[in-house]
Amino acid sequence: MGPTMDIYIMLGLNALNGVASLFLLCVGLAIIFGMMKIVNLAHGEFIMLGAYATVVSTNAGVNIWISMLVISPLFVGVVGLVIERLLIRHLYGRLIDSMLATWGLSLLITGIITTIFGNTIKGVQTPLGSFSVGQYSSSYYNLFIFAMALVVMAIVFVVMRFTRFGMIARATMQNPGMSAALGINPDRVYMLTFAAGAGLTGLAGGLIAPVAGITPGMGAAYVAKAFITVVGGGTSIITGTISAASLFGTIDQIGSYLTTPVYGQVIVFTTAIVLIRLLPQGISGRFFKGQL
Amino acid sequence: MKLSRRNFLKRSTVLSATALTAPMILREPAAAAGKPILLGSLLDLSGGLAASGVPMKYALELAVAEINAGGGLLGRPVKIVGYDTQSNIQLYSQYAQQLALKDRVDVVHGGITSASREAIRPTFDRFRILYFYNVLYEGGVCDRNTFCTGTTPAQTVQKLVPYAMDLAKGKTAYIIAADYNYGQITAKWMTKYVQDNGGKVLETDFFPLDVTNFGSAISKIQAAKPDLLLSALVGGNHTAFYRQWQSAGMKGQIPIASTTFGLVNEPETLAPDVSNGIVGAYGYFQELDTPASKKFVADIKKAHPDTPYISELASATYEGVNLWAEGVRKAGSIDRMKVIEALESGISFDGPSGKVSLDHATHHTTRNAYLAKVEDKKWDVLETFKNVAPSDTASVCNLIKNPNDNKQYIIEL
Repeated sequence: MGPTMDIYIMLGLNALNGVASLFLLCVGLAIIFGMMKIVNLAHGEFIMLGAYATVVSTNAGVNIWISMLVISPLFVGVVGLVIERLLIRHLYGRLIDSMLATWGLSLLITGIITTIFGNTIKGVQTPLGSFSVGQYSSSYYNLFIFAMALVVMAIVFVVMRFTRFGMIARATMQNPGMSAALGINPDRVYMLTFAAGAGLTGLAGGLIAPVAGITPGMGAAYVAKAFITVVGGGTSIITGTISAASLFGTIDQIGSYLTTPVYGQVIVFTTAIVLIRLLPQGISGRFFKGQL
Repeated sequence: MKLSRRNFLKRSTVLSATALTAPMILREPAAAAGKPILLGSLLDLSGGLAASGVPMKYALELAVAEINAGGGLLGRPVKIVGYDTQSNIQLYSQYAQQLALKDRVDVVHGGITSASREAIRPTFDRFRILYFYNVLYEGGVCDRNTFCTGTTPAQTVQKLVPYAMDLAKGKTAYIIAADYNYGQITAKWMTKYVQDNGGKVLETDFFPLDVTNFGSAISKIQAAKPDLLLSALVGGNHTAFYRQWQSAGMKGQIPIASTTFGLVNEPETLAPDVSNGIVGAYGYFQELDTPASKKFVADIKKAHPDTPYISELASATYEGVNLWAEGVRKAGSIDRMKVIEALESGISFDGPSGKVSLDHATHHTTRNAYLAKVEDKKWDVLETFKNVAPSDTASVCNLIKNPNDNKQYIIEL
C-alpha cells in the first residue's frame, strides 16, 4: 500500500465521518421539519443541550457511553416534550410564527445555559484511541460515529416502516383530519414525534461532545448546515437526509482538503444554492418520491 | 391625614416639580468640582466572546474603583459608561456613535477582536474621543488618537517561534489560523519569524470561525509532516481542533505553539492529555507569582469568585486604564490633546505584568513578555523577557515624525 493509496483511504474515512456527523446532526430536524413542517430554529440549541448533558453527567462521574447514548437523548427528548406542550403545539400550520417563536426559544435556551454554566468552553475527553494508515492517523471515535449513524438510520427506518406507531405517525402527518376520524389523537402523535426528533438531536449533541468545543453559543455553527441539508434532502426523512448529507459531507471534506477550508465552505454553499434552484423539492422530491 | 385623589395629585405635582428642579440646583456648583469624568467601555459581555470580555470588564471596574478610592482624577470621580456589544460588530459601530455623540465620554477603553477595533477606531477619530485598545493583537495600528496597550507579535510571536522550533528540533512549520484580520496578519508574522530563524513554512491554512470538523485539516497536516504546528485559531468552535488532534493520536507527535490558546480558559477545561505541552507567549499569565500579580488576581477573584481565567486581556485593560489615569494626572486636564501629549511624554505604570511604558512613536507599550507551557491544566511560566519594545510597529510607524499618520500597517513579506 503506497502513500497515495493511504491518502485516498484517509480522504474516504474523512468523508464518511463528515457524512455520518451531518446525518446524525440532521435527522432530528428532518423529522420535525419534514414530517411536521415546523421550522425549528432552536435545533442548534437542542444539539448544544445534548452536548451539555453529556459533559455535565460525565464530569459528575457517569460513564461517558451512558451519558452520550442514554442521558443526552432522554434529557433533550423530555425538554422537547415540554417545549412542544408549552409552545410548539400552538404553532402548527403557522410557518412564519413557528420560525419567530423557535428563534426566540433558541435565545432563551442559550441564555439559560450561559447563566447556569457560564460562557466558557467545556468538554469531555474523547473515548477510544487512534489508528494509523501509513503516515496518516485517525480516531476510532470517527468510526464509532459512522456506526452510530447506521444504527440511527436503521432504528428510524424500522420504527417508521414496520411499527404501529410509525404508521400512525405517517398517517397523521399526511392527513390529520382523517386520522382523527379513525380514532387517533393527532395532538398526542405530534407531541411524541416532536419529542422523538428532539431526542435524536440530543443524541447527536451527546455524540459530538467529545470532539467539539462546547459553549452556550455552539448551536449557531450547526444550525445553518443542518437546515441546508434537510431542505436539500427534501421531505423523505431517511433517503432525503442520507442523500443530502452524503453530498454535502463529502463535498465539504474533499473540497477542504483539495482547496482550503474557506473554499471548502464556499463550495458547499454554492452546491446547495444550485441544488435548491434545480430541485426546489429537494433530492428526495425528485428521485425518491414517496419513500421514507 | 386622609389621602384624597385631589390631595394626592396636588402633592405629587409639587413633589415631581421639586424632583425635576432639584438636580439642576445641585448640579451647578458640582460641575466645577465633582462632575464625573466619563470613561466609555465597549466589551462583549454576552455571545461567543463573553468569556474574553467579562474578565476585561472586571479589570476595568477594579481599576476605576481604585482610582475613585484614591480620590478620583483632578478631584473628580471617574464613572464608567459601558455597553455590552454582544459579540456583534454592528453593535460596536452603533454604541461607538452613542458614546461619542450622546454620552460624550472623555475616553473609551474597549474592543476585543481586531475586527471590532477597526469598526470603532474611525468613529473615535472622527469625533475626537481618545481611544485605548487593551488587547494583544497583530500590531501595526498607527494613529495618534489611539493607544494600544496589549502585546504585538514582536513581543510574543518573536519569542515563541524560536523556542518552539528548538523544542521541535526541526525547521519546518505548518500554520493554522482563524480566517479574519487577526489570523491573516498573525500568520504573516509567524512566517516571518520562522524564516528569520532559518526555518520554512510548509503551508498556511485559514479556518472560518464556524468550522467544527477538522478531519481533512488534520490529514493535510499529516501529509505535510511538519516539525512544528503554529496555531492562531480563535473561539469555542476552534477548540474542537485540539480535541480532534488528540483523538487522532497526533498529540505529542508534533509540538504545538499558539498565539491564542489559553487566553480564555482552555487549559482548565480541556483534558490534560489534550492541552499538556502546548506553548504560548503573552504579556501576562495569572500564574505569575509576583506580588503585584497575586494581588491583582486576588482583588478580581474577591469581587468575582467565578472569573474563569485572568489573562493578558484583563491585565492590559487594568494597565490601560491606569496609564490613561497617569496621563490625566500629568496633564492636569481632561482635554483630549493635553492628555495625548502627557501620555506621549513617557508615562509608565507598574501593573500586574510588571512595568508598562507608553512609547511616543508608536502609541504602543514597552512591556514584559512571558513564555509558558501548559502543564496539568495550568500555565507553567518558563521564561520572562523584560521590557520588550513593540519593534514590529516601530519599524513602520513614527508618530513623532508623522503625527497625522492614521492607518494600520500590515507586514509585507
